[in-house]
Amino acid sequence: MIVELVRDTIDAGRLIGFVTKPSNGGVCTFHGVVRNNADGRRVEKLVYEAYESMALAQMKAIVDAVLVRWESCDVALVHRAGELQIGEASIVIAVGAPHRAEAFAACRYIIERVKTTVPIWKKEFFDDGSVWVEPAEFQPIVE
Amino acid sequence: MLVGSLDGYTTACAGWAVIISSAVIRIRVLFFASLADLTGTRQMHIVMPSGSKVADAITYFERDTPGFAAYSSHVSFAVNEAFVTQDVMLADGDELAMIPPVSGG
Repeated sequence: MIVELVRDTIDAGRLIGFVTKPSNGGVCTFHGVVRNNADGRRVEKLVYEAYESMALAQMKAIVDAVLVRWESCDVALVHRAGELQIGEASIVIAVGAPHRAEAFAACRYIIERVKTTVPIWKKEFFDDGSVWVEPAEFQPIVE
Repeated sequence: MLVGSLDGYTTACAGWAVIISSAVIRIRVLFFASLADLTGTRQMHIVMPSGSKVADAITYFERDTPGFAAYSSHVSFAVNEAFVTQDVMLADGDELAMIPPVSGG
């Protein structure tokens, strides 16, 4: 597996290459990309903050769980921290699997778990201020 | 009552006048994102009585940190990088992270 937390541009090609194998008939990728708007306001940039050591451990735990549930998958998961501009990828997930169903399912599972259990926070910057993004509904994380 | 500082730590318990070193635990508390903004710090060391739980640390910050009480119901907690419930006992040297709602991805 590849599991990384990085500060520079994510090389999606490297991740896709890692999960592309003769035995894998499907490769599914997810790119989380910085959007230029939020709630009707123009977003100028994002800053991602991470509890780095724990975030990395949580990301690895997610991938470990994937490799138990879909044991023939190959997985690459990279999240970015620091300042990101519009259009840049904050996260790239690549899953290779023998068949498309597992590839799609594992990829979807990973992004949903990252969004709910990995200690990383996103701050949106507007032309007149900034705000930490918080989900509308809160559930304490206990694992 | 703030008892005083011990090796640069801030005591996180009111009401005891004498600190006996074997009867206390030293905890490193981490704050992130909106909580770091609220508390004005990313890290704090506190001293608590032995036997203290995560909930006791929360009570301390709810009492001593303006704005924390309104926020604490939206915080998750990790001890030594593992998510825990508030009834978990703290041990000397533990790292307690206050984790506001996550928004990665």
